[in-house]
Amino acid sequence: MALGPHAAFILASYGAAAAVLAGLIGWLVVDGQRQRKALDALEARGVKRRSRGA
Amino acid sequence: MTNQSITQKLANPTRFMGLSGQLLPWLAGASAAIIGYAMYLAFFVAPPDYQQGHTVKIMFIHVPSAWLAMMAYVLIAISSFGLLVFRHPLADVSAKAAAPIGAAFTLLALITGSLWGKPMWGTYWVWDARLTSVLLLFFLYLGLMALRSSIEDEALAAKLTAVLALVGVVLLPIIKFSVDWWNTLHQPSTGLTTTVHASIRIPLLVSALGFSLLFFTLHLKAMRNEILRRRVKALRMAEVDRAQGSHASAAAAE
Repeated sequence: MALGPHAAFILASYGAAAAVLAGLIGWLVVDGQRQRKALDALEARGVKRRSRGA
Repeated sequence: MTNQSITQKLANPTRFMGLSGQLLPWLAGASAAIIGYAMYLAFFVAPPDYQQGHTVKIMFIHVPSAWLAMMAYVLIAISSFGLLVFRHPLADVSAKAAAPIGAAFTLLALITGSLWGKPMWGTYWVWDARLTSVLLLFFLYLGLMALRSSIEDEALAAKLTAVLALVGVVLLPIIKFSVDWWNTLHQPSTGLTTTVHASIRIPLLVSALGFSLLFFTLHLKAMRNEILRRRVKALRMAEVDRAQGSHASAAAAE
């Protein structure tokens, strides 16, 4: 697959897209895991939202 | 089923979590498959352009990124309107979740446009109306995120961010019509169905479909994360209240 004289620009564009999207996906996955873990820990301690008014 | 009833059904975050949890793997799989197919078309099927040669391949990521940069902002504006006017419980979740994703696609549009510009125009950047207005859109996304994170009261932050988002809508027609209103180095809008040959148009449309599905996948995931974050915050506050209540009872007993 020859990309011609401007191959570096083409590859840099696709590389940038891969890096930005991988970063975004990675951040969302890690953030989701962190929130889920925190929620599970709170629920395991028996914390309930309704206890606020109790 | 009317739109109103769909939004009313999804107004319950627990129901939304259930539905989105089922939908997310399918959406993610479809995005990956269609983007994969689009990359195959881009690199192995689409011919070089008669003027631009192989650099036309940058278009397959630049154009979808630019579309999604604007579509994400439209989504934020609709969500902000939904928050301010209808007080929809998920409207602010949607607006908050879309901002970093919109910023990422705007950044991609700027980077890939710049890398396309150098071999085609001889420069990475020029302060013409299209490029400058898209840069302003990127700063607007950053501004929305910065404003929200600078205000501790979440309800107030949501309202002020929504107002700024609605004011920022004025930028969208400026971006869209900048190439018609001013002399720009950036080319005017292309009539996709009439002026682009099918061998290039079809990979572009497949790529746009794949990246759009990816956008909705990421938005759904970000909304789920935000709902979980709000639940964690509510439970932490409940835990603090409970601890303070026990402490006060113990002090009264002494």
